Amino acid sequence: MNTLLLLAPLGLPLAAAVGYALAGWRPWTAWSGVATTGLLLAVAAGLAVTVHRHGPIETLDGLLRADALSSWMLLVVGAVASLACWASPAYLSAGHASPRRSRWYGILLQLFIAAMSVAVLAGNLGVLWVAIEATTIVTTFLVGHDRTRTALEAAWKYVVICSAAIAVAFLGTMLLYYAARNAGLSADAALDWRTVADHASALDPGVTRIAVGLAVIGFGAKAGLVPLHAWLPDAHSQAPAPVSALMSGVLLAVAFYALLRFKVIADAALGVGYLRALLLVLALATLALAAVLLLGQRDYKRMLAYSSMEHIGLMAVGVAAGGRLAITAVLLHIGGHGMAKTVAFLGSGHILRSEGSTEITAARGLAVRAPLLAGVFGLAVLALLGLPPSVVFASQLGIARAGFESGIGWAVAVAFGLALVAFAAIAAGTGRMLLGPADPGGRASPAGPGFGVAAAAPLVAGLVAVMVLGVAAWPVSSVLHAAAGIVEALP
Amino acid sequence: MTETGYVEALDLAAGGFLLAAVGMLWRREHTAMVRFLAAQGIALAAMVMILGLYRSDRELIAVAVGLGALRAGLLPWLARRAVGTVPAEQRETRPVVNIAASLVSAAVLALLGYAVTRPLVELAPSPATQVLPTAVTVVLIGFFVLVTRRRAISQVVGLLVLDNGITAAAFLATSGVPLIVELGVSFDLLLVVLVLQLLTVRLRTAFGTTDLDDLRELRD
Repeated sequence: MNTLLLLAPLGLPLAAAVGYALAGWRPWTAWSGVATTGLLLAVAAGLAVTVHRHGPIETLDGLLRADALSSWMLLVVGAVASLACWASPAYLSAGHASPRRSRWYGILLQLFIAAMSVAVLAGNLGVLWVAIEATTIVTTFLVGHDRTRTALEAAWKYVVICSAAIAVAFLGTMLLYYAARNAGLSADAALDWRTVADHASALDPGVTRIAVGLAVIGFGAKAGLVPLHAWLPDAHSQAPAPVSALMSGVLLAVAFYALLRFKVIADAALGVGYLRALLLVLALATLALAAVLLLGQRDYKRMLAYSSMEHIGLMAVGVAAGGRLAITAVLLHIGGHGMAKTVAFLGSGHILRSEGSTEITAARGLAVRAPLLAGVFGLAVLALLGLPPSVVFASQLGIARAGFESGIGWAVAVAFGLALVAFAAIAAGTGRMLLGPADPGGRASPAGPGFGVAAAAPLVAGLVAVMVLGVAAWPVSSVLHAAAGIVEALP
Repeated sequence: MTETGYVEALDLAAGGFLLAAVGMLWRREHTAMVRFLAAQGIALAAMVMILGLYRSDRELIAVAVGLGALRAGLLPWLARRAVGTVPAEQRETRPVVNIAASLVSAAVLALLGYAVTRPLVELAPSPATQVLPTAVTVVLIGFFVLVTRRRAISQVVGLLVLDNGITAAAFLATSGVPLIVELGVSFDLLLVVLVLQLLTVRLRTAFGTTDLDDLRELRD
């Protein structure tokens, strides 16, 4: 039973991918992806309950393992993947993609989901690395799906920067393995994150310091932290909307999850100071960069991409703060940001289809022309900005409170100051898009199929989930508390 | 294998490994770069083979053979195919840093490599860990190629050099990660190169060149 629960998150998307490979993208196969990701979400919930009742479970000699943290991440992956797959038929039918490209879209999207599931369930740092690198490979073609010059440029930057960065993370992983072997662990145990964390005090501090530093730079790049972040705005703005949603909503979080696993080891081996300093520097630099580039941003998809960097920066500040409350808030933020950003990106895809441009000015006065679409997009942006009852409000408040209590108040103050700049820039940009008189030279009426109830359903579902979690987090609170206990720095 | 013979063979292979990386900074023709890449793959496989023979480790010897086939055969061949036959694309016309300065940089990177690897060597001094600085230097040179060359193919080569250095470091420090991880890593690397090769073809179709300076439509 446990083996089945751990293999299903990998098997379901793979089965869907095989289905697309054999049958192509047809009206009925299009919905099979929705069914498998819905099942994935159900399996994730089952896994969370099992882990809550019986403790961590593992299979294949510990290659796959689930504890509270993994099961929470899998819940987020399942939720966002369901929304993205649900929105895909409407996206592809509006785009008139050729059958061949639609088939590849279906295959790669499911492989992408499978790779993320493996990453969060990996019980071994080597397998975690392989899975995260695999996400880069499969998403490259999804980024370049439209085959335009800009899409190809984004895909190239994405694969080169991310592969180089993730290679650095591999060097870090390997050096940690070296330290673990010299601390007396066997070859099979020395990459197992639970065993390494248990023996962390025996690791050589000099080597561990280099290893953790390299891992933070490498996985941090994949999570959108500076200095190797340049791929992010390009890739997120050029990819098809459901792919942008997955990349921004969960792929960043999955890479961030790898950092959390390293944090447990680093804190036990080196004390909390080292990783805290490293993360604070990267987080504040990321926030500053995102805030500056959000000011005067003219492209709404890039605006959403920089907003992802801002949120990852806030999460890194929360992790630097450490402590149960901070980590709980960060994990909740991963979920809230994932869903809200998904709805925003899916909405942006529909706006791009109807307005034909990603320029903010092109969408001016959208509220008059397409009130439903403008309303959904506007609400998603408000939820992202952290206005109650969005769950992002609760999680940001938690990060701020925990930060001030943990003695890094100055950094938290700077971080939220920068977040406020980003807030103002995003609010102003969205206001210019949705409100105001329509551009006289713009299109008179939306082209192509309009934004009907069927297309709106996944977006509304995502919004409802964000609001419900914001009002009542009790369904997930036990998972979150247990997960935060795993990451929390031991005093 | 005798102790001195082992140390000398390992040092020789590591020297060849580093020299191949410097060679890539020295030459601008893409075919020459790919040849150096293949030579580096042979040196890497030789290092692993020497370690395997010295420790009489059959698995390591088998890995060395596989590694040689991948790093000295398949990957350079794929890179060669990505070079294509367009005459204008055969060489790096104007690298960001000229050749002389690149070679000086390689010396500086070697010093840096020795400086940062001191804790690594001190943890478990042995003939194998003592050549770790060369592996880290190759990683740094790979990064240098990646950021200072403008053609798409040079970036592919840079990425492969970076990865060769990391693989060498993995084998020198720990005689390799567990086999399942090594397989996954090799498979990922192969796929990355396939992806890059395909993208190079598409870039050439869309832009008419693989000069990455032409890729500047996306910016803030």
